[in-house]
Amino acid sequence: MLARVEIIAVIKEVGAEQGKNLAPLSDELGLLETGLDSLCFAIIVARLEDRLGFDPFGAAEDTRFPVTIGDFIKFYEAAAKHVGA
Amino acid sequence: MSEREANSLWERLSEAGSLSNRWLHGAEASVNLAELSRGSCLAAPLDELRGASVLVLTKHQLPSALALIELDGVARRVVVCPLDLQPEHLPSIMETAKIDTVVGDRCLGVSRFVPCSTQITPAHRVRRCCQRTEWVLMTSGTTGVPKLVAHTLCSLSTAMTGRDPLGAGAVWSTFYDMRRYGGLQIFLRAMLGGGSMVLSSAEEPVGDFLTRAGRHGVTHISGTPSHWRRTLMSSHADKMAPRYMRMSGEIADQAVLDHLRSAFPDADIAHAFASTEAGVAFAVGDGLAGFPAEYLGRRGAVDLRVVDGSLRIKSGGNALGYLGDDAPALLDAEGFVDTGDMVEPRDGRYFFVGRRGGVINIGGQKVHPEEVEAAINSHPGVRMSLVKARHNPITGAIVVAEVVVKSPSEAPEMEALKGEILEQCRTALARHKVPATIRFVPAIEVGASGKIARHA
Repeated sequence: MLARVEIIAVIKEVGAEQGKNLAPLSDELGLLETGLDSLCFAIIVARLEDRLGFDPFGAAEDTRFPVTIGDFIKFYEAAAKHVGA
Repeated sequence: MSEREANSLWERLSEAGSLSNRWLHGAEASVNLAELSRGSCLAAPLDELRGASVLVLTKHQLPSALALIELDGVARRVVVCPLDLQPEHLPSIMETAKIDTVVGDRCLGVSRFVPCSTQITPAHRVRRCCQRTEWVLMTSGTTGVPKLVAHTLCSLSTAMTGRDPLGAGAVWSTFYDMRRYGGLQIFLRAMLGGGSMVLSSAEEPVGDFLTRAGRHGVTHISGTPSHWRRTLMSSHADKMAPRYMRMSGEIADQAVLDHLRSAFPDADIAHAFASTEAGVAFAVGDGLAGFPAEYLGRRGAVDLRVVDGSLRIKSGGNALGYLGDDAPALLDAEGFVDTGDMVEPRDGRYFFVGRRGGVINIGGQKVHPEEVEAAINSHPGVRMSLVKARHNPITGAIVVAEVVVKSPSEAPEMEALKGEILEQCRTALARHKVPATIRFVPAIEVGASGKIARHA
């Protein structure tokens, strides 16, 4: 649950900083339909690594890339269990 | 000229297969290659362009692709302008390349302007190859005027070996602009191998491009690892089913190779090393990051060596040199191009670790750390800063900064200072150069030379 709150906060923070018009966030929303581009997601992943202490992309066992906001959050939640965060 | 070199692009693409079922698909229009045998995209007779030094400048890729097919073997020189070329650099580029003709969609005040479009006008064209045209490409990512790199059709196509087994069934595509080295490679592979091509468009959302590529039955497709990560994030990735996928232009790490393998289990996936100056060096198809150490010292069409950690390449794909009177030499004393890409040996393979001089590659765009440090250091509260790359799963790398402040204070003030520094960077720098994160540190190591110690 912690990851979800943090992720949503960082997405909103980066969207505002980058002057992006964020679509209403829901689990079904595609990452590329959020209004954020690759650079925004790169920044989001870097900041989440600082705040949560891990980057789930590098060491993922499930190699399917997240496509929706829901996938993205689950990706972090699964990795959080793995690292015991 | 050897027999093969004497043949123009038009002659070679015609020999590669019947024209009537081969296409160039742009986002805005499609052109059948057989139409080109009965007409022209250029609003002037080819005879007027013989021996000309031509700048090809169009907004969309398709008219440039058509013009290049017509101009090779006719013009003395073609300078190929990518979409992201800064207009203020055009005058110096045109002077260096001694441009006397502009082919494209806007006149730049030269003596001869030839409009070109995707509307093929019926015309009688004698496509006689009268000379070996010099192709001039621009380097990417450098600050200031791009370097002009001279090639010939022969040096550009050295990695290509004849007709594709799929023939006209081969449909190539790439996320790259076909007016840059990586994109031009794919264009020439399609044309010389007897296939078709789907061109990308800067204005097109990635999902639309993937859908369009799938609709045209794309079989081979290339892009940077960042392009591929973006594809993996798209719900339209399953709209295409290519047989062959290729990554180049950035370091392909094991994670992106694994992700791509998992999403496209039936495709051959390769990562390749190429640069505008050095040409195509190799493609690695074993699914592992890095390249086998035995590639070094292998005798053949491409010689590789590592000097002071940097990869050097000698091959028929090397460019001829840079244009310009005071241009630096491209080749070392033994005919190798120094790529500036640093490699490290580990367990029988070499791995790319970054650029010499610490230049950071963010999704294909280069960043000089010193430029970002200057923007940070101009804040009155900053004593010094160190900007470096951090590995990133989306763009390959991202800019991060360590900052030493003049007078450390409590956390809320430091957070506010961080915000001010970032705001200042956003005003002064392109977005990809702004640090993603800032960390305050007590000190930054300074080497014996008095310079900040930068580590690869």
